[in-house]
Amino acid sequence: MTSSYAEAPRERGLRAAVRRTRGLRSGRGLPFVLPYLPFLIAFGLAPMIYAVKLAFTNDEGSWTGLHNFTRTVDDYRFGPAFKHIFVYTGVWLGALVVFVVVLALLLHGRANRVSTSFRFLFYIPGALAGAASVLVWLFMLDPSVSPGAFLLHHVLGANLFVESIAPGHLPFIFAMIAFWTGAGGWIVVMYGALNTIPPDLEEAARIDGAGPIAIALRLKLPLIRKWIAYMVILSFATGTQLFVEPQIVNQASLGLVPDTWSANQLAYQKAFRYADFNAAAAIAVDLLVIGLFAAVLIVTRTGLFRTED
Amino acid sequence: MRSVALGLRLVILAVFAVFFVAPVLWLILAPTKSDHALVTGSPFSFGSFHQVSLAWKHLDAFSDHIFRTWIGNSLLYAFSATAIVLATAIPAGYGLAFGTFPGRKLLLTLTLIVMIMPAAALVLPIFLELNSLHLIGSVLAVILPFSFFPFGVYLAYIYYATAVPPDLLDAARTDGCGEWLTFRRVALPLAKPVVALVFFFSFVADWNNFFLPYAIIADSSQYPIQVGLSDLLSSTPSFNPAQGGGGQQVNIFRPELALATLIAVIPVAIVFLLSQRALVRGLVGGAVKE
Repeated sequence: MTSSYAEAPRERGLRAAVRRTRGLRSGRGLPFVLPYLPFLIAFGLAPMIYAVKLAFTNDEGSWTGLHNFTRTVDDYRFGPAFKHIFVYTGVWLGALVVFVVVLALLLHGRANRVSTSFRFLFYIPGALAGAASVLVWLFMLDPSVSPGAFLLHHVLGANLFVESIAPGHLPFIFAMIAFWTGAGGWIVVMYGALNTIPPDLEEAARIDGAGPIAIALRLKLPLIRKWIAYMVILSFATGTQLFVEPQIVNQASLGLVPDTWSANQLAYQKAFRYADFNAAAAIAVDLLVIGLFAAVLIVTRTGLFRTED
Repeated sequence: MRSVALGLRLVILAVFAVFFVAPVLWLILAPTKSDHALVTGSPFSFGSFHQVSLAWKHLDAFSDHIFRTWIGNSLLYAFSATAIVLATAIPAGYGLAFGTFPGRKLLLTLTLIVMIMPAAALVLPIFLELNSLHLIGSVLAVILPFSFFPFGVYLAYIYYATAVPPDLLDAARTDGCGEWLTFRRVALPLAKPVVALVFFFSFVADWNNFFLPYAIIADSSQYPIQVGLSDLLSSTPSFNPAQGGGGQQVNIFRPELALATLIAVIPVAIVFLLSQRALVRGLVGGAVKE
């Protein structure tokens, strides 16, 4: 499977030429795409368009311009919610960039079997996404049962569960949960990217007298920059959509943590508690714009995904 | 000097390994102990299998066996959506890779953008859309949105575009196969590796999805396990002292919660282990350009 990728560029040129000569039967392939199209439209494009329509109209369907956006921004919970998700995303991104890159570099220099075992160990929590990972961490944050009780006590100053999840800790706690479940997957990706660096390049640097740290920083790091950019943009977009973690902690904390902690939660409450679908749509559109912007940036700028052969 | 550097490296790796693995280990051991033993005993000790069966008895009794229903629902949602994903994404990837129809590039770009966009960004818009169509609360309102999985289409596309030589398909056409037979006899049998990959990603994404079913399903008997877990959490006095006193006696304490979490993870863990090798190769080899 892997060998066919190396010859891609020359092959592609040839194939494009062949396709042009075969282009007589244009329209070929369309029937194969047809079953997928309704799904793309119904659950990809239509919801976005409908949310935009709702965001610019009132409950009677008449145009209101930016009114829904301004009134949601004026909501006293809007500022804190966006502040929370940006602090959380910042902490998470920082941890991802530093630790994922460092760990991948450390693993890349290792003997193969050691490296494989560590990658597997780091990857394990990936199986526990969603509500399960949050539940695991609720246990870990409860000083009465946590194996890390001494850390909770000394780092967070917490002797009780409610002290562990004090408001100031939350962005860090959510960042840690996200890092715990997702970092292993990214380490695998970065490690794979490091493996695409030709060994002769490293050998040449070594002959020139570069030590392992210099090789890591000056040779390997610049060569995986694209992947780091990809990870940062994608995680930024994902981070801003935070919902599960604060929602579950809200349920576990007797309302100590508000149910409008993150922006997506606020949008959810607008729809479910107040049945204000236009306000919910306005916040959803704010978040959609962030997600779309990041996606377009990745597709057009990083060159990691092909749209043409 | 060299050995110091080597030692330091191993220490850093080991510290992170503990961070990643210790919570999982704790979770596996927790159901073997009573709530009291969890508080007083050593966190990584093993209790007894008797305790596990006791915890299961309590968990199973919760709300008239609803835990089984949740697991069943999750299996139903994840398997049916993944079946639809396979039936639509594999042909779509094929059509996008070898097709010549107008709008092919646009379709591919749209697929790519929706695929990279975080799924959570679409949940409320999907909810608002289904709500306006009065489809909220039905099982299909979960399965159908789950069945839209652009990443699967992209995986199939990239596989066909890079690993299947077009000449092979041309040969089939020359032999008199129509478009459908060419796909059915040549392209589909070649798709085995990518079918496994799409199955894995789609199944895991559906199984772990919390937000969409949480927004769309109101009746707790239709919850998937992820939403069920949060329901279980809010009914237990372990984190919610108010529940224990005045509320109903549900017998759900930390060991039961840990067991519920553990069971909720098992299907994904099995899929993870089965496809680990293919996955690690596919993640870096097939999913992206390099």
